This record gives sequence, C-alpha cells and structure tokens, in this order.
Amino acid sequence: MTTALATSDLGKRYRKTWALQDCSLAIPAGRIVALIGPNGAGKTTLLNLAVGLSRPTAGEVSVFGAAPGDDPATLSRIGFVAQDRPLYRGFTVADLLRFGAKLNPRWDDGLARTRLGRLNIPLEQKVGKLSGGQQAQVALVLVLAKRPELILLDEPVAALDPLARREFLQVLMDATVEAGMTVLLSSHLVGELERVCDYVVMLNAARVQFAGDLDAFAQGHRLLVGPRAEIEEIARVHHVVHATHTDRQTSLLVRLNGHAYDPRWDVRDPGFEEIVLAYMGRREHATETPQ
Amino acid sequence: MIEFHLDGGSGVAAYMQVVHQVKQALRLGMLRPGDRLPTVREVVAALAINPNTVLKAYRELEMEGLVAGRQGQGTFVLKSLAGPALAGHGELRAELVEWLQRAWTAGMDDESIAALMVTTLREQAIARTKQEEGAA
Repeated sequence: MTTALATSDLGKRYRKTWALQDCSLAIPAGRIVALIGPNGAGKTTLLNLAVGLSRPTAGEVSVFGAAPGDDPATLSRIGFVAQDRPLYRGFTVADLLRFGAKLNPRWDDGLARTRLGRLNIPLEQKVGKLSGGQQAQVALVLVLAKRPELILLDEPVAALDPLARREFLQVLMDATVEAGMTVLLSSHLVGELERVCDYVVMLNAARVQFAGDLDAFAQGHRLLVGPRAEIEEIARVHHVVHATHTDRQTSLLVRLNGHAYDPRWDVRDPGFEEIVLAYMGRREHATETPQ
Repeated sequence: MIEFHLDGGSGVAAYMQVVHQVKQALRLGMLRPGDRLPTVREVVAALAINPNTVLKAYRELEMEGLVAGRQGQGTFVLKSLAGPALAGHGELRAELVEWLQRAWTAGMDDESIAALMVTTLREQAIARTKQEEGAA
C-alpha cells in the first residue's frame, strides 16, 4: 500500500517551545484522516510542515516519498486550504478560476465550473460578497480543480452554520469517491469527524497520542468505573488515557490491551466524543505516554 | 430505492446502522429481490459520510448473501427477509395482542413487558444454540 504522508521523529520548535515533537506517522493513501486535538496541540504546525510552508526543526516529512518543500512536482500533488480560508475578496469567482488555471499545471477547469454550477455559485460575483458557506465551497472547489492526490484542510468548517457544514462535507466526500484522494482534515467538530473519517490522528501537547484506524479508536477503548483504587495494576496491562477520582470512586478511560479486567470494575463502551475528550483532558501528564 | 439515515449519538458504528436499515427494509418489503441499493456515491453525497463506511456495509450484506455487486451496475438485492415470516404475521400478531392484554391485566407496564421480551428472546437463543450444538 502507498503511503501518502510519512513523518519520522518530526519536530518543530518556535524559539524555546516545541509546537510538535517526536511525530512519526505513516498515513496510507486513500484514507480520510481526522486530525484532532485542543488548540495549540500542533495540528496547524503539522499541516504547515506537510505542505512545505515551514521547515522541520527535527526529523523528516515526506509526501508520496518526496520532501514537500523542495519539489514543484510534489507540490502540484498537494492541495491545501489554510485555516482563515484566504481568498482574494475583490476578485470575482471567475477571476479566481483564471488565476488557478495559470498557476496549476494539472488544473481541471471543467471540474471547477461543473461543481460551482451545481452549488449555484455565480461566477461573476465578487468573492467578498459571497456568504461564508459559499466562500468555503469556492476554496474547496479551487483546491479540487488542482486535482491533488493529498488534500489538507485546516479547520475548514469551523465558521460555518450546520447546513453549510453538511454541504461542504458532502462535496468533499463526493470528490473523494470520484478521485480517490487522501484527505487530512483538522477540526473540533467531533460529530462530523466521526462520520467522514476512517483514520484518526490524535494530538495533544505537541505529541501524537493515537494514530490508527477509526475502528481501532472507536472500539479499542473502555470506560472502567469502580471503587476508588490505585491505578497501577490496570496501567500495567492497559494504557490509561484519563483518570478521575472522587473520594469513593475511580473512573478510567483506557486503551485496551487484551481482555483482562478486575471484576470490581464496571466496564462501559465510551462514545467517540468521550474518547476524544479523554485524550484532550490529559494535557498535564501528556509527556509520559508509553507509545 | 431506499434512503439511509444516520444517528450520530447512538454509539452504533455507522456501517452497522446502514446494514440494519437495509435488513429492516428487506423485512418490511420496502426492498425486494432485484432492487438496486443506492450507489456508494449517492449515499456519500446524501449523508456526507466516509465512502469506506458504505463499502463496508455493502460487503457485510454481501457476505450474508443478501445482496450482490454487479460490475459497473451497482449492488442488487438477492433475497428478501419478509417471505415466510410475513405469511404467519397476522395470526402471530393476533396472539401477541391477546398475550399483551393478559400481561397488562396482570399489572405489567410497557417497560417490564419489553424487558421480559428481550431477556426471554436471549435465553431461548442460547438454549437453541446449545440444542443445535448437541445435535451436531
């Protein structure tokens, strides 16, 4: 299987602070990847490194086997929509299409016009006059017309209302069926991520906490609730993601490793969002993760 | 043609929800042998879900022998789940209504009735598996 995005011990430091550290990933081609983590976890840093907008302080990153910053041929295979969705507001949609056609060797003008037509976005309209949802759609269509094999989206739906969000993701999912691209999508909207993604990369405190199939993520964790106890025994077998204690009770969210439980624990299946929150909540001891 | 609906908060994996909805449609006769299931692209575009979710659901249904994919044409229903069950439906239903009346008269509420149904079903399923294992 082809690897779309590979990183090995990748790190980025800004002055004295590491924004990303010891990041090793191998994302198979054709997957739709959820990049999840609290603000400042390193999501945007990882995306910027993957598209070659910034250079690693440590380690390596490659897209389809080549370093993204050096080679125009590799860059033409990557599509990127930055967080603030930067579009020239004074340009008309048609201007942007002409611009895109000039700059991108693999530009598919037919695809762009068909998709914009289907979305009822008028080509002669100035970008600044479009709604937020339409602007997001225009940014997505521009990136799709580039015919990328890897598409990176940084918080693409954050500012949109639920309907515009759904429409955006419909277009994105439809395009992946058509083109079979690899998608890396950062977002806080866990409900939507669970629908669209089949691979999860969980970041917290500049480190990768989990990377793997959605099924392994959604089904590989359990919530254990029992009388207040020391967690060392459990931690020897399973990986404790998050622990909370009251004076009488202990609740643990664990990543499973086999089936051994102490019968004193009440075992529940946590939902996707509960697992995500558990990973986000463990900022304080994030660096002692046994990988 | 049927439409799928996903419940995000249900905790049931999205592909299983699709499998359940196809089976339910087969039981109720909304899908019959020869019918085409929506294409992966149609489902993906309607629900904004991952294409692999739909593929996985359709593969599961194929493994159970309920549907079959035809190259370039789509996925088609092979067999119905409505058939024999539906014939005895009316009579069984009448008996169930009678039994329900007795349960209500005995002072059971709807939730206890449902719980009794589920636990008895489970017990009987286990007993039946044991019997089949003994016979084999």
